[in-house]
Amino acid sequence: MQPLTLIIIAALSGSALYYVGSRRALSMVDHRKRLSSLPGYYGVYSLLWVVIPVLMVLLFWSILSTRVIEFRMNQMLPAEVIEQAAGNASLALNEIRNVASGVAVTDDPAVRELADRYNSLKATASRLLTGFVFALIAAGATFSIWRIGPKFAARHSVERFVRALLFVASSIAVLTTVGIVASVLVEATRFFGTVPVTEFLFGLEWSPQTAIRADQVGGSGTFGAVPLFAGTLLITAIAMLIATPVGLMTAVYLSEYAPESFRSVAKPLLEVLAGIPTVVYGFFAALTVAPILREIGSAVGLTVASESALAAGLVMGIMIIPLISSLSDDALTAVPRTMKDGSLALGATRSETIRQVLLPAALPGIVGGILLAMSRAIGETMIVVMAAGLSANLTANPFEAVTTVTVQIVTLLIGDQEFDSAKTLAAFALGLLLFLVTLGLNVIGLRVVRKYREQYE
Amino acid sequence: MSNISIQAAVDKTLKRRYARERRFRAYGLAAVLVGLVFLVAFFANIVSNGVSAFRQTEIVLPVVVSAADVDPKGDRSRESLEGGDYDIVIRDSLARLFLDVKTRVDKRAVGELVSAESSFLLRERVLEDPDLIGEQIELRVPASANIDMLIKGNVDPSLDESQRTVSDRQIRWVDELKSLNRIYTRFNTALFVNGDSRDPELAGIRGAFMGSVYMLLVTVLLAFPVGVAAAVYLEEFAPRNRWTDLIEVNINNLAAVPSIVYGLLGLAVFINWMALPRSAPLVGGLVLALMTLPVVIIAARAAIKSVPPSIREAALGLGASQVQTVFQHVVPLALPGILTGTIIGMARALGETAPLLMIGMVAFIVDIPGGPLEPATALPVQVYLWADSPERAFVERTSAAIIVLLGFLLLMNLAAVLLRRRFERSW
Repeated sequence: MQPLTLIIIAALSGSALYYVGSRRALSMVDHRKRLSSLPGYYGVYSLLWVVIPVLMVLLFWSILSTRVIEFRMNQMLPAEVIEQAAGNASLALNEIRNVASGVAVTDDPAVRELADRYNSLKATASRLLTGFVFALIAAGATFSIWRIGPKFAARHSVERFVRALLFVASSIAVLTTVGIVASVLVEATRFFGTVPVTEFLFGLEWSPQTAIRADQVGGSGTFGAVPLFAGTLLITAIAMLIATPVGLMTAVYLSEYAPESFRSVAKPLLEVLAGIPTVVYGFFAALTVAPILREIGSAVGLTVASESALAAGLVMGIMIIPLISSLSDDALTAVPRTMKDGSLALGATRSETIRQVLLPAALPGIVGGILLAMSRAIGETMIVVMAAGLSANLTANPFEAVTTVTVQIVTLLIGDQEFDSAKTLAAFALGLLLFLVTLGLNVIGLRVVRKYREQYE
Repeated sequence: MSNISIQAAVDKTLKRRYARERRFRAYGLAAVLVGLVFLVAFFANIVSNGVSAFRQTEIVLPVVVSAADVDPKGDRSRESLEGGDYDIVIRDSLARLFLDVKTRVDKRAVGELVSAESSFLLRERVLEDPDLIGEQIELRVPASANIDMLIKGNVDPSLDESQRTVSDRQIRWVDELKSLNRIYTRFNTALFVNGDSRDPELAGIRGAFMGSVYMLLVTVLLAFPVGVAAAVYLEEFAPRNRWTDLIEVNINNLAAVPSIVYGLLGLAVFINWMALPRSAPLVGGLVLALMTLPVVIIAARAAIKSVPPSIREAALGLGASQVQTVFQHVVPLALPGILTGTIIGMARALGETAPLLMIGMVAFIVDIPGGPLEPATALPVQVYLWADSPERAFVERTSAAIIVLLGFLLLMNLAAVLLRRRFERSW
């Protein structure tokens, strides 16, 4: 039976058991015995015993069954079938799977037979699962009904389960981090098995084109990531050069000068900038900003590449303005009013107060915000993919095309690729680096922002 | 120093200081205006580029359905009709409209006026009603993308012929069609009902839209319950210990991890390790759920925290257990805030592109996905794909897709704002 059918069956028997469980609890009440929980809790108790084990089995099943079947098939694959698929076992297996599901047809009797065997393995597996699920339902039902009695504290059991569930849910955040670190780290170590770390970190040339087949003529691929770092830094620097002053002055103006009516309109409008999807910024950068920059460039006698670091950095800077302005705003409003009033009372103008009292006092918070914004800029993908280009130039000229870490991750992983090639693995090495750098910036930034906030509270 | 000389010293610099004050203030205003001007320019640009894509040029053709072309076997069987050459019929009908179309080259040039889909439309009409054979019918067909661009004024006829996509003759033909009242623009339904296509005049966003819908469904089904449960645990049950601290630090950091890293996670874990299908909205939804989870948790925690302790104490005092207190009183009261946060998280997920590129949702997919396991793209990915296409007509369609995407984001954020206004209460 299909897993979905099994889930529905489990749900139906669960609701039946809810009814049976609560009726059974009620039937035990007479004038001498009192139930220790409301009858509904007995029902829920039975329901959980039926539904939860089935769901867990199905979860493990969905992860494990295909792998087990494919493992068995791999053992069975005869050498000549593998040979026909250019010596690649996974390709052969793929063909068998396609034949088995009826997507493809074959004249090769060996493949046909293997496909039949694959289908019969799947059928056996499915029968096994069905039997197991029914056994689980029966066992859960019997056990829970047997447990129900007037002295049995069903509510405590149910609530223990709820608490456990809540705990598991909150642990998913940690599991996600573990998953990210593990998946990126594993593939990156495999990459560093073929390319030394020092070459990756300090190499000056990046051309990841590797030969697909061993007998093919082509680059063996050089993986020196310095041009990518340089490109990322260049674009981030341009973005920060725009976003920091504009964002900071926006925060200052809106919190210290603007009349309430202006602020209530301008602030949400600027927040809109943060809500626009990055792919839309990318489109705008590539199709509108880049041509304008090129025209301006040719008017003043500069050659601006059609995919320039400047266009990407400029638009990215605009994107980051709301982030910096809202974090700076938080930092500015956290400065105690007494400090500001004191400065004004001594005769300082408002701008002098802001520059000499508020900003220095808010500086740690602002710096923390800038660090967070930098991590955003470094990890930003779509704008640079669409507007910055692919060629790994080692240059500091903002009018030329550069490439970034994120762009390379995307280009290395788009399309079907052999998962074991150095090219694909390189993306994970870049991902590891990206994760570490942004994590570092975030941790420092968050700590600075929080610590500073506490100082004045 | 006497008071008078202090006064003089202050007066001397006062003018400069006030000037500096005014300058500083102007810088601030300028900074705000930079953002606002960009915003206006941005929206003006997208709308002016994209609004024309909501209309599509169509041509009404007088088609003579000649039996010889359409029914090669002459028996009017379905098989025979399916094998008919409808291209020729369309081209001949076009050729008949103009006097100067004689050679094969002319016919090809005139055939380029209409979309490649025209012959399929005719075929469908004939298969549906074989009695049309031999008759003359008026067939409404979409104009080709180039003609569409010409009608919408995106082709400059004053350019040299070699510099534009439409030839002089074609422009003349279009003018003739105009005088015959056979060419006009109407609402572009294809944009909303078709899947992706290589032909701009046939390309639509339905497939990408459905992909986004399935993906968001998966995301909300996972991120909402898990996020709320995690927030409830952290706010109401968690003991203060190392593990709880670790979870908190983790959630804050996960909210700032670049989205592309989530894509790497999805590729390595969901596709390579769990062997889930590539390009499926299910995987996209899983990745986006992990990505929006911190947003939901942070919002839900804030909402739960704002429920005053007196509510909890009252419930506990009346004999409710802690679990009953939380789920029967605290969570329902915090729900508007939680939902607001969830909607904002979903809006972010809807606009996300980079992680979807990693898990293979960038394929060229014509079919409209029928479920979360079928290959699909998503709206922002469609924007990315179309933005890469060189045709002028795709620029227009990309902008239109962006307008639709921004429209949905606007709706979601509006819903969040209204929800907050309607249900927010101060205790």
